[in-house]
Amino acid sequence: MALAAVHGLDVAQQICFAVLAASMVISALRMVTTKNLVHAALYLTVVLAGAAGIYILLAAEFVAVTQVLVYIGAVVVLVLFGLFLTRAPLGDAQDLDNGQRWVAAVVSLLLVGGLGVVLQRAFKGQHVVVRQVFRTSDVGVSIFHDFVIPFEVASVLLLAALVGAVVIARRD
Amino acid sequence: MQLNEFLFLAAFLFCTGVYGVLAKKNAVLVLMSIELILNAVNINLLAFGAFNNTVTGQVFALFVIAVAAAEVGVGLAIVLLIYRNRRSIDLDDVDLMKG
Repeated sequence: MALAAVHGLDVAQQICFAVLAASMVISALRMVTTKNLVHAALYLTVVLAGAAGIYILLAAEFVAVTQVLVYIGAVVVLVLFGLFLTRAPLGDAQDLDNGQRWVAAVVSLLLVGGLGVVLQRAFKGQHVVVRQVFRTSDVGVSIFHDFVIPFEVASVLLLAALVGAVVIARRD
Repeated sequence: MQLNEFLFLAAFLFCTGVYGVLAKKNAVLVLMSIELILNAVNINLLAFGAFNNTVTGQVFALFVIAVAAAEVGVGLAIVLLIYRNRRSIDLDDVDLMKG
């Protein structure tokens, strides 16, 4: 009975994963092949939202919410502003690829092949079973207890990035 | 769920991002491809965190998200500066230091 319940949960997880992964793969491919820059940004949004779904599937709700807030809420908007401020062509652009297109395709195909073989050899048959759900409070305790120095460094980094972005983009 | 499913998905997204970085002329599109790479890393971190039953993967993913936000802010500032100076963000034109 309990085994059947676990099996049913696994099937549901597999279906969710398949839907999310298929949409992410198609959107990522369309992002690097589309001729329209705004469409590329919107395909990137689909990939980021799918990643948030994957995080929920891995029982990491806080990271999923942060992904939606920071990536879809801030980064995609920033990228769209970048496209508009640099007067990107709103329709189809003529050529977005440079001369290294085929070399780049070969390199990334070799990379994905090599990574696939290595991962298949190293982690074949290993299962992810979420035994313990980490609540947001657990994540907070870990950040402010075990990783407090990296946290402070990240805050200094964000301040430096803020000041640097203002100084670089200022018109003077 | 198999661990390999997540790792294969992340490897595919990573390689798509590498293709975008190598093959695209538009600087903003290159920045978007870098976001794709960083997301692939995040998926790996969370998958291994769940696999090892530890919270550290989530904490690392949060740090990666913070660094990615800083990176895209500074990167877009640089792209805007290039556009203001050259009226184009075609990366093939930015070859001042080419030997």
